[in-house]
Amino acid sequence: MTDNKEQIKELEEVVIRFSGDSGDGMQLTGALFSDTSAHLGNDLATFPDYPAEIRAPQGTIGGVSGFQIHFGQSEVNTPGDFADVLVAMNPAALKANLKWIKRGSTIIIDIDSFTEKNFEKAGYEKDPLEQMGFHDFNIIKAPISTLTRESLKSLNLDTKSILRSKNMFALGMVYWLFHRPLEFTQKFIENKFKKIPVIVEANKIVLKAGYYYAETIEALHPSYRVAPAQIKKGTYRNINGNIATAWGLIAAAEKANLNLFVGSYPITPATEILQELSKRKDLGVKSFQAEDEIAGICTAIGASFAGHLAVTTTSGPGLSLKTEAIGLAIITELPLVIVNVQRGGPSTGLPTKTEQSDLMQALFGRHGESPLVVIAASSPSNCFNYAFESARIALEHMTPVILLTDGFLANGSEPWRIPDMEALPRIAAPIVKEGTEDFQPYRRLNEDMVRGWAIPGTKGFEHRLGGLEKMAVTGAVSYVPENHQVMTYEREKKINQVVNSIPDINVLGEQEGELLLIGWGGTYGHLYTAYRELTKAGHKLGFAHFNYIKPLPANTHEVLKRYKKLLVCELNLGQFANYLRLNFQDLEFNQYNKIQGLPFTIIELKEQILKTLEEK
Amino acid sequence: MSEQINLSPKDFKSDQEVRWCAGCGDHAVLNAVHKSMADLGLPKEKYVVISGIGCSSRFPYYMNTYAMHSIHGRAAAISSGVKVANPELNVWMITGDGDSMAIGGNHFIHVVRRNVNINILLFNNQIYGLTKGQYSPTSLEGQVTKTSPYGTIEPPFHPGELVIGAQGKFFARSIDNNVKLCTKIFTEAAQFKGASVVEILQNCVIYNDKAHGYLTDKAHKADRQLILEHGKPLIYGKEKNKGIILDGLQLKTVTLGENGVTESDILVHDAHNKNPLLHLMLATMPQPELPVALGIIREVQTRTYDEKLVEQMEIVKEGSKIKSMKDLLHSGNTWQV
Repeated sequence: MTDNKEQIKELEEVVIRFSGDSGDGMQLTGALFSDTSAHLGNDLATFPDYPAEIRAPQGTIGGVSGFQIHFGQSEVNTPGDFADVLVAMNPAALKANLKWIKRGSTIIIDIDSFTEKNFEKAGYEKDPLEQMGFHDFNIIKAPISTLTRESLKSLNLDTKSILRSKNMFALGMVYWLFHRPLEFTQKFIENKFKKIPVIVEANKIVLKAGYYYAETIEALHPSYRVAPAQIKKGTYRNINGNIATAWGLIAAAEKANLNLFVGSYPITPATEILQELSKRKDLGVKSFQAEDEIAGICTAIGASFAGHLAVTTTSGPGLSLKTEAIGLAIITELPLVIVNVQRGGPSTGLPTKTEQSDLMQALFGRHGESPLVVIAASSPSNCFNYAFESARIALEHMTPVILLTDGFLANGSEPWRIPDMEALPRIAAPIVKEGTEDFQPYRRLNEDMVRGWAIPGTKGFEHRLGGLEKMAVTGAVSYVPENHQVMTYEREKKINQVVNSIPDINVLGEQEGELLLIGWGGTYGHLYTAYRELTKAGHKLGFAHFNYIKPLPANTHEVLKRYKKLLVCELNLGQFANYLRLNFQDLEFNQYNKIQGLPFTIIELKEQILKTLEEK
Repeated sequence: MSEQINLSPKDFKSDQEVRWCAGCGDHAVLNAVHKSMADLGLPKEKYVVISGIGCSSRFPYYMNTYAMHSIHGRAAAISSGVKVANPELNVWMITGDGDSMAIGGNHFIHVVRRNVNINILLFNNQIYGLTKGQYSPTSLEGQVTKTSPYGTIEPPFHPGELVIGAQGKFFARSIDNNVKLCTKIFTEAAQFKGASVVEILQNCVIYNDKAHGYLTDKAHKADRQLILEHGKPLIYGKEKNKGIILDGLQLKTVTLGENGVTESDILVHDAHNKNPLLHLMLATMPQPELPVALGIIREVQTRTYDEKLVEQMEIVKEGSKIKSMKDLLHSGNTWQV
């Protein structure tokens, strides 16, 4: 590659947003840029933002699909609030993203798509570039479609295939701008299309054409360099929350020496977990795509009864459908992991957007006294750890566990230091072995109130489970009033006892004093970044982020009462704040809430935290 | 199916007191299941009985096997999970006309379509008993019940039609007062590899007494029941002189010896025929023109879901480089820092 050292500027961190029509391949473009950056040692976080429609009308705002990547030479915990570079493949992409880009940022547009017809589709009355405001940006008007077509003239491809590769032109330009090598992407293309050599060639040609075009035009000088981040040594890979969840479950099955069964029904944004698990027949995963959400969980309950680590995966509406069956898992005291990838609700709501509004449903959304364990993951990669934890607790405590992730974690990706399987704990389910003297289905084996798991096929332990209330110890059907109270307490106590096998809540920063910033689940990256930046600026605050929701860590109350002010930030109307109020009625909670289907921005969080600090 | 074991029906009885009403058809079916399980010769721990909700769904509590009384309509899904997790188990699903034709209709058709190797006993009493007398999806049109005081205005489901519509491979019909027939059919259903559905015409003595009285009436039952056997002509009647022939696209009753009809004119039952057309006609014969078919109406062996899953998993395992979680973690695109 040509030497352009003299015009290179060093940057700490950069946010790029690729956007275009949902058929323009922007998700792939973003993912490829992320992979290359990760290989170069940058820390990064990504956020795909795509419409619910597979192909909304071309050229319209509704059809804009975006992929944001934030990479840097120090710790990166969020995909970034605002972009430094926007790639807009058409006027609609420009319009949809204007409020997400920084003043002075670079905007690369495909000028070929800036036509009267497309202005109209995007809702512009005339060429937006002629309007006020755009002189604040560095706009690169690249004839991407024309040059793509030009560069592929010799290959004799059809127009559709030619236009499909124009995303590679844009990617090539961005690679030049950030001084990144093309080889990782070239290798990817070779692999992905190995059966169609002409497509491999076309994509590689266009990628290079974009790269050289960027080099040639004056407008893109200077280019930028973002040095590698200081990260812990090890083997890394990129991972998103859904894949990490699937893998955490497989890892747990391996550590428990059990087979994994998943019974699920496709639902956005959880489907990818089922898809990934379906691939893993090589690791003994049995996947069952059920006829509906209810059958999803019910097949899992059947598999659990038969001795598998059983899982069902879903999103909010699906969790609603599963609630009756969750009650069955609770009363039969069978291990079960229910993964709920939260999205905007109620009803179909905002299926492709993120929200934390299923917390109350997870905690209380069932009839009867029906306690279970609720856990929340807080970064794309730690979905692995919390899926593993959910399975561990389900198996060791013989209970259903709801694992909450969300659309942001599910689709967001980050580099992940591959864990050492040997270092993960062994999971010991209370399976009753043949030859044990005597088995009673509801006899409590220990002070954690765990019952034994006698698996069909085991001689001598034939027993009946069911939805009717059972007599303590024997498990015979019982309508005895006092027994119902005993069993209700036993089920409640069993869940509360889980507190003994989870870690304390850890506070970052100030250990007592004026303000504790509180979060849970998928907002960790944003809250942490806001906390870090404010601390750097000299403000005094503590930060506690919860992954174990029910039961709460043992020291929760003791920690919370050390602060004058408690600020709970979440992407709902205050469900966790209310849950804390319910648990700790002596404490007062402030709350900050956002319900837009979008993650927090660092700016708004900092503003709110400062406001709370200043309030008397 | 491994070792043969000598167990008697009473080995399959649990210590729980049976709580169905006196005179309920379920008692006889329970006895037939106990007998059939003993006949099958499997050890107790290999049987799993899963039910939904309804009177018949109390069944698991009266079984000394592994069992689960689950939630309304979902027994088919739970049974599927059990069977897929451990294909070695002999899974029986107990359900009723409300449980499987109404609230669990979706799971019912899909377990049949997938051909999961389980035995489904569908108790059809044409009424909701446990909730005390509301009409069900199999209640006759016009039937007066607590929720249809002026008669229902819904055409009923015929379970056989539904099973065949869902590409069912095994459908049989029995009646609660014929324990011998029940036992025989249950045993064959359990031995059949695939989803087998046995519709049991069952009497609810309290809310829909004599719903099947047309069939059970001692004076006429021989003329009203046609007990099918594969490979045998469709002959029935007190005098064994009535037979079924195919007249154009209609089944028709004829009398042997009249108008020159001989046994060779009578249809021979072919339960193994892949084409379900005749099976459908037999399952839905209208009365009083034709008798009610009992016995195994359709039995077509194909591969089961659980069989195919096991095979697919073996093939994938063999061909994959990923043998452990560690392999998976390090597969694809990774890099060193």
